[in-house]
Amino acid sequence: MQLETLRIRAGVALLLFASAALAATPAELLRGYETAARADNARFAGFSAERGRELFNARRGEWSCASCHTDNPAAQGKHAKTAKVIAPLAPAANAERFTDAAATEKWFRRNCNDVLARACTAQEKGDILQYLISVKQEAR
Amino acid sequence: MSNARRWAFDLTLWTISLITGLSLIAHEAMAGEKRMTAGNARYEAECASCHLAYPPQLLPAPAWRRIMAGLGKHFGTNATLDASAAAEIGNFLDGAAGTGKRVAGAGDNSLRITRTPWFEREHGEVPSAAWRRPSVGGPGNCAACHTAAPQGDFDEHNVRIPR
Repeated sequence: MQLETLRIRAGVALLLFASAALAATPAELLRGYETAARADNARFAGFSAERGRELFNARRGEWSCASCHTDNPAAQGKHAKTAKVIAPLAPAANAERFTDAAATEKWFRRNCNDVLARACTAQEKGDILQYLISVKQEAR
Repeated sequence: MSNARRWAFDLTLWTISLITGLSLIAHEAMAGEKRMTAGNARYEAECASCHLAYPPQLLPAPAWRRIMAGLGKHFGTNATLDASAAAEIGNFLDGAAGTGKRVAGAGDNSLRITRTPWFEREHGEVPSAAWRRPSVGGPGNCAACHTAAPQGDFDEHNVRIPR
């Protein structure tokens, strides 16, 4: 009987943990990147929306982030290869963005490799996220 | 109910069921060409964020396996999956992959569905300039012309080639 109670409690805890992991906020994800950036660099001096904006628009090879997401992250984008519509990236324009840590990491993994031919650092991810959070208006 | 009446009732019921069943099968067979759905939530969630969830039956299993093994450079972009998604989607594609006439010669020279003999046969009437229109964006963008493709409907009647 006690074992059963324990099992139920463990199940509930797991469920709460899972739902907390699923439903994050952009600010929470940013704090996660801050922790990682501090671990990478003892002299970490915060994230910068301006650096994030520059990185977002910088083209190193074939693409920049803006190639698909446009230079206005609050606007709808279009996949540069497949032409499929991409929903806005800025949380102000799309409440679903940056609410799932695993999805956020997946797209940074894929897209940093496509744009920079390497993984992004925690500093770079944080700068970009800071920039995207700072984008307010839906259209310019 | 008398035995004779019960027998007549049963016979009627069986006949109706048989006719309904057969016509359903015939309808499915005829609609098979036009209706192609993906049929796996994870496949759709992961793959359809960048492109239409291409019907798995359009490539044979070995071609899908090669695609799944090369997601690091998937037609020029990184489309890597976590291990759990890769395993589930790989299994799904193995089971749902195409067989027979439609995939004959597919995946031999290219992993593109649009380069399969079947695709080229089906799209022979489309002028090559139409594929290059910005509103189309290339033959991989099914939904540009097959307006109900995201719902798995490739019926010719729902084709509108944009200007």
